[in-house]
Amino acid sequence: MAQVTTTAAQGRPPGGDGRTAVRPSAAAQGLARFAAQRLARLVISVFILVTATFFMIQAIPGNPAADTLGQQATKQLIQLRTRQLGLDKPLLTQYWDYLTGVARGHLGTSFISTEPVSTILAARTPPTLELAIPAFLIVILVSVPLGFVMALRTQDGRGERTRLAFIAVTGLGNSTPDFVWATLFSVVFIVGLKLFPVAGDTGFASHVLPVAALVIGPAATLSRIVRVEALKVLASDYVLAARGRRLPSWLLYLRHVLPNMLTAALTYGGMVFAGLIAGTVLVENVFAWPGLGTEVVQAVVDKDYPVIQGILLVLGTICLVTQLLVDITLGVLDPRSRIRES
Amino acid sequence: MGAQRNWYRSLWGSPSAIAATVLVGGLVFVAVAAGWLWGHGATASNVAISSEGPSAAHLLGTDPLGRDILDRTLVATRSSLVLAVLATATGGVVGVGLGMLSAVAGPVMRRLLGALISLLLSFPALLLAIFFAVIFGVGSAASVIAVGASFAPGFARLTQTLGASIADREFIHAARLLGKSRWYVIRRHLLPNVAEPIVLYGTVHVGQAILVLAGLSFLGLGVQLPAYDWGSLLEQGLARVYESPAGVVAPAVAIAVAGLACNLAGEVWADIIGRSGSARPVASRRTGRKGQVTSAPAGASGERPDGADWLLRVDGLRVCFPAAAGESAPVRDVSFTIRPGERLGIVGESGSGKSLTALAIAGLVRAPGRVEARRLEFLGVDLLRPSPQRSKVLGRNLGLVFQDPGGTLNPAVRIGTHLREPAQAHLGMSRKAAKARALAALEMVLLPEPLRRYRQHQHELSGGMRQRVSIAIGLAAEPRLLLADEPTTALDVLVQRDILGLLVRLSTERSTGLVLISHDLAVVAETCERAVVMYAGFVVEDAPVAVLLGAPAHPYTAALLAATPDIARGPDQTLPTVDGRVPGPEQDLAGCYFAARCPLATDRCRAERPPLLRLASRAPGGADPVGGDGGSGRSVACWYPLVGGGRFRSLTGAGQAEVAE
Repeated sequence: MAQVTTTAAQGRPPGGDGRTAVRPSAAAQGLARFAAQRLARLVISVFILVTATFFMIQAIPGNPAADTLGQQATKQLIQLRTRQLGLDKPLLTQYWDYLTGVARGHLGTSFISTEPVSTILAARTPPTLELAIPAFLIVILVSVPLGFVMALRTQDGRGERTRLAFIAVTGLGNSTPDFVWATLFSVVFIVGLKLFPVAGDTGFASHVLPVAALVIGPAATLSRIVRVEALKVLASDYVLAARGRRLPSWLLYLRHVLPNMLTAALTYGGMVFAGLIAGTVLVENVFAWPGLGTEVVQAVVDKDYPVIQGILLVLGTICLVTQLLVDITLGVLDPRSRIRES
Repeated sequence: MGAQRNWYRSLWGSPSAIAATVLVGGLVFVAVAAGWLWGHGATASNVAISSEGPSAAHLLGTDPLGRDILDRTLVATRSSLVLAVLATATGGVVGVGLGMLSAVAGPVMRRLLGALISLLLSFPALLLAIFFAVIFGVGSAASVIAVGASFAPGFARLTQTLGASIADREFIHAARLLGKSRWYVIRRHLLPNVAEPIVLYGTVHVGQAILVLAGLSFLGLGVQLPAYDWGSLLEQGLARVYESPAGVVAPAVAIAVAGLACNLAGEVWADIIGRSGSARPVASRRTGRKGQVTSAPAGASGERPDGADWLLRVDGLRVCFPAAAGESAPVRDVSFTIRPGERLGIVGESGSGKSLTALAIAGLVRAPGRVEARRLEFLGVDLLRPSPQRSKVLGRNLGLVFQDPGGTLNPAVRIGTHLREPAQAHLGMSRKAAKARALAALEMVLLPEPLRRYRQHQHELSGGMRQRVSIAIGLAAEPRLLLADEPTTALDVLVQRDILGLLVRLSTERSTGLVLISHDLAVVAETCERAVVMYAGFVVEDAPVAVLLGAPAHPYTAALLAATPDIARGPDQTLPTVDGRVPGPEQDLAGCYFAARCPLATDRCRAERPPLLRLASRAPGGADPVGGDGGSGRSVACWYPLVGGGRFRSLTGAGQAEVAE
């Protein structure tokens, strides 16, 4: 699986020797091949994810079937649960059943509510995305311009005070976790000022605080990264050369600084989105949000294994797909990243 | 002792270092002492005061069992920190183990492990922690294992990266050849070399572990009653937030402070490590305005009656930067002129100020650097003060080619866009017209398949092609002057020849002036009509190339010439070298800067700096009073020039000799 591996040793940027061979392939063709490679990698990753959620149950020490039922469970009940989990069959058969089940969308039924897991996922996934996607967009829309303007104001060692203030504010922002912001927000704005609805998904206003809590940390971190990256780009030879061409400032910044800076911003942006997915788990629990986060926590406490498996599959796949989208976007924006990684 | 003082400086040297030291110290103190100081208030339940709001006795109120919330938060510091350290250590051991394994494993195993680590890294830590919480159940021990396991991929990737850079070194190969076991190689060679960055990474991740563990406890998956940590206290506080909003404040602030402390500590530590690696430039902060340009009062320079004949006129150029002690001036006093269509070479060894001279002309010296000159004019426009006119004339009429064509072409922008830009921005061309022109420019520099190149990115071209492209870009707006800074240094000899030939041809065909900067006298000799020799930020000699090569007037030129192969000597003679070094940019000497290395230097040379003066030409009819320093005229800055009989005429007026900063 050559396309799966990327080690740091291979990650040398090309062309450093100034004598890189001319590649005959057309740019578009290269991009298509790159996208196909990435897609193959995604398929393999999802397969591993599915396998991991399967072995998660196998790895539970003791008898998971008995565990789920508590101490007063009768023998028959435990047998029934063992059968329900498929634990009575040979391992390979279990694995095959699980794989085919996942492929067909049959993820089993919840022990607690006896609802099909797929039904639960269908109900719980949209509210989670309703928090994660707007949060992600706001993070990008806030941090890229903010970090960029900060870089312009602090380049060449200028704006020392601006720099210190920026570092202090973003430092506080990125070291306080989302669930702490969420808690503080709910104390101030819900309990104290009574500005927002108490809990749950009750329309637009109820989205504001959870999204705000999710945004602060990643926005602080990302705008720091953007500033540093923009400073690097502003100091690069190609920006010097572009300045030498006396391009109008807007053209210089939009064409010669922003795209190069976005590479780093996006690379981190992928991680931001994955982090937001994790963050929603916590933030949902503060605001009693009817999403995957509240559900998975309850399921872990209840040892409702099929539900946990289903939710981990969904959350994990979201992370992997995000990674894919980021990689492909990077491939379009910065062709070098394709070579570096393949 | 020095090391100790460094540590002291590191811990108290900057606001963030002080804050980090105080915060981390405070946390550790509270973790150790809280049990004795506040243990009673944290555990003694008293139902009579259950669930009270803030009061003088209980600043942040009490919980349902009447225990003081502030005390409980302080006491919870220990469990929160200890669990975080344990979790990080677990992750470190597992991750470093995995990474080591992959560093010494065979290629297939290495790739598989690398792929696994990459995959695990694409999931956030909390998700992995939930995964492991399912396997290990809920509770303190399980959450430590879960968080540790979720940190392992990060440690593994770091170890793998560090290990990969070491695994190919000679001593590892030697150990393998000697038949040492893998374990021996890991223990003796890999571990010691990767220890420091891993410890740093671990320290920073203790903060991360505090946050993730608090998150797990907050969700009810971590520490279970009756034990408690910040996360579970926050959860309990949130459950009663309507009765006592103050209850969430203490644990929330505690988590935030711990996160901030670890964050700051990590930054400070990384800064210390970074600083020990390379000394940071002291000068660059707070002094100076952006690219400040000042001009000395005019009039000191020799007035030219007709400005029309000059393309570029540099008189008394000085570029300086603030330095630890006073000022550093890589360019001290540079004067030369160039006429339309003329090809001028600037030659000198590295550190002579050639490149900075070019940047100063192009208006690209960045703050805190300062550019001063008696006169700096291009096509009659003053380049010393920023003005719309200056931007226009530079953009329209000055083309630039730099040494490293790979670095000066934007990797994310197509070649064609680079070429189109100047024509669109400065000539107001349409996109289509600019494209046609760009393609013509690519043909002009003899690049095969211009249309394909137009669509490509710089990494798809060879070094020679990139430099051709750079030249095409430099010429795209049809400038009057092309400023090429070491355009062939990065290229191999055959390509170098092509590029130089190209520059000569284009400059002749279009009567574009050329300033070619090179450390190589041979390159200048091949390409230019006139050469300016620079030394330590001064022009020491300015003469037509043939004259210069035939009979150098300045001892430095003579030395440079003697040290140049091909021109002065046969192939099998050893080249003489000049002892000593160029005076650094911080040095401020009264006399000639070459005196220390000059075989002819006298006391006068060391005491008094020779000005750049016109050496009267002995050629018949050479007395050209106006264009004298171009053409056949030559000037030299030496009290004892090797030729010319010592008859001087001032080049730029008498005032210049007195300029002794």
